[in-house]
Amino acid sequence: MNLLEMNHIRKTFDDLEVIKDISLSVKEGEILSIIGPSGSGKSTLLRCATMLEEIDGGEILYMGERAAWMEGKKACHPGKAQMKRLQEYFGLVFQSFNLFPHYSVMKNLTDAPINIQKRNKEEVYREARELLAKMGLEDKEDAYPCQLSGGQCQRVAIARALALNPKIMFFDEPTSALDPELTGEVLKVIRSLADLHITMVIVTHEMSFAREISDRVIFMDKGVVALEGTPEEVFTSSHNRMQEFLGKFRQH
Amino acid sequence: MEFSVMLGQLAEGMVKSIGIFALTLLFSLPLGLLVSFGRMAKNRVISTVFKIYISIMRGTPLMLQLLVVFYGPFYLFGANIGGMYRFIAIILGFSLNYAAYFAEIYRSGIESMPRGQYEAAKVLGYNGRQTFLKIILPQVIKRILPAVTNEVITLVKDTSLAFALAYMEMFTVAKQIAAANTTFMPFVVAGVFYYVFNLLVAVVMEAIEKKLNYYH
Repeated sequence: MNLLEMNHIRKTFDDLEVIKDISLSVKEGEILSIIGPSGSGKSTLLRCATMLEEIDGGEILYMGERAAWMEGKKACHPGKAQMKRLQEYFGLVFQSFNLFPHYSVMKNLTDAPINIQKRNKEEVYREARELLAKMGLEDKEDAYPCQLSGGQCQRVAIARALALNPKIMFFDEPTSALDPELTGEVLKVIRSLADLHITMVIVTHEMSFAREISDRVIFMDKGVVALEGTPEEVFTSSHNRMQEFLGKFRQH
Repeated sequence: MEFSVMLGQLAEGMVKSIGIFALTLLFSLPLGLLVSFGRMAKNRVISTVFKIYISIMRGTPLMLQLLVVFYGPFYLFGANIGGMYRFIAIILGFSLNYAAYFAEIYRSGIESMPRGQYEAAKVLGYNGRQTFLKIILPQVIKRILPAVTNEVITLVKDTSLAFALAYMEMFTVAKQIAAANTTFMPFVVAGVFYYVFNLLVAVVMEAIEKKLNYYH
């Protein structure tokens, strides 16, 4: 079954159509990278998938259940309880981390599982410690985000999302706010998640990373899917816009 | 008049000033939050009503507002304004006025919060109420503390405006003693009292700021 299905998604800001009829699906265990020039609608697509933006057309399904659809011109969602359950299917990592600065690293990880998901405290703490160890942050649980580097912050943010045990993880340009050195440590962590076969959708500008880690790559351009296929197919494609786009990367 | 007698009378007034101060804070701090919600309401009618409320409260003298709250019921409805009502009117007048100032301070703090905090909370499953109480409000309090300190210090001095309703707080007492004994001394003592009180307020607020300094 498809974990995520987005059918004929449209999104308009004022008069600008940012996403023009995009459909995509993600299977369990699959890693999908979305690449493309700035302003092509990649991040917006991710924000639609995570309900941070309302769609203007189409429908979104998680595990076959509708999470968003259109009734006339208005986007609709299921009732509160069902929506909360659907929301637990996915986690999101932001470009700008968005950690809670007044919470310690540990509390950033454990507050939602304990107080929102109402899970057992001991178990949540144990899992959180395991996650921090996996992120190489075992000695940082009492630190506050302001005491951490950007790379450490982003690893905490990844751990925070994973602490809710989502079925699918979305990454919205997770390394765009980091310098190359810190980028490496975050990519390493994402790579380790790939080894665990966690389902991921990654919007990124790290081309070699996308090529190496993905099962499937989508190249977006001007609000549409211009190319879709295995990393091999997409990166060696003779598609005009793709060549132009990759060319720009080689120049840098 | 003996200096010690004067000091005793002023101290009694001081206790009443502190009463106005404490009760005003007790009511206006939460009330201000509600007013700020009204001011930020998506409904245009509601937000306009609160905008006008804030505008009037900030745009007219507090002393005039106290007079209106105290004498208004009598002139409008012929109501009895004796007994406890004098004190109630003072607390009501001060609280309504300070709530307007606090509301704008809250609003500035709430509107300065980055959208990412709301978005992160939403994706993690926090509902609107949880997001505000657990994520937004604690950070807002830290941000607005210096502005709140300003208001609180002003309030200490503003309690003297209660003399307009002939309430026996410290400034009223000082005025009476001064007039009866043709001496300037009670004003000097009252001044020292206000200053020490505010020094204390500043120390307390600084301690709270320090306590919240564990993160940026």
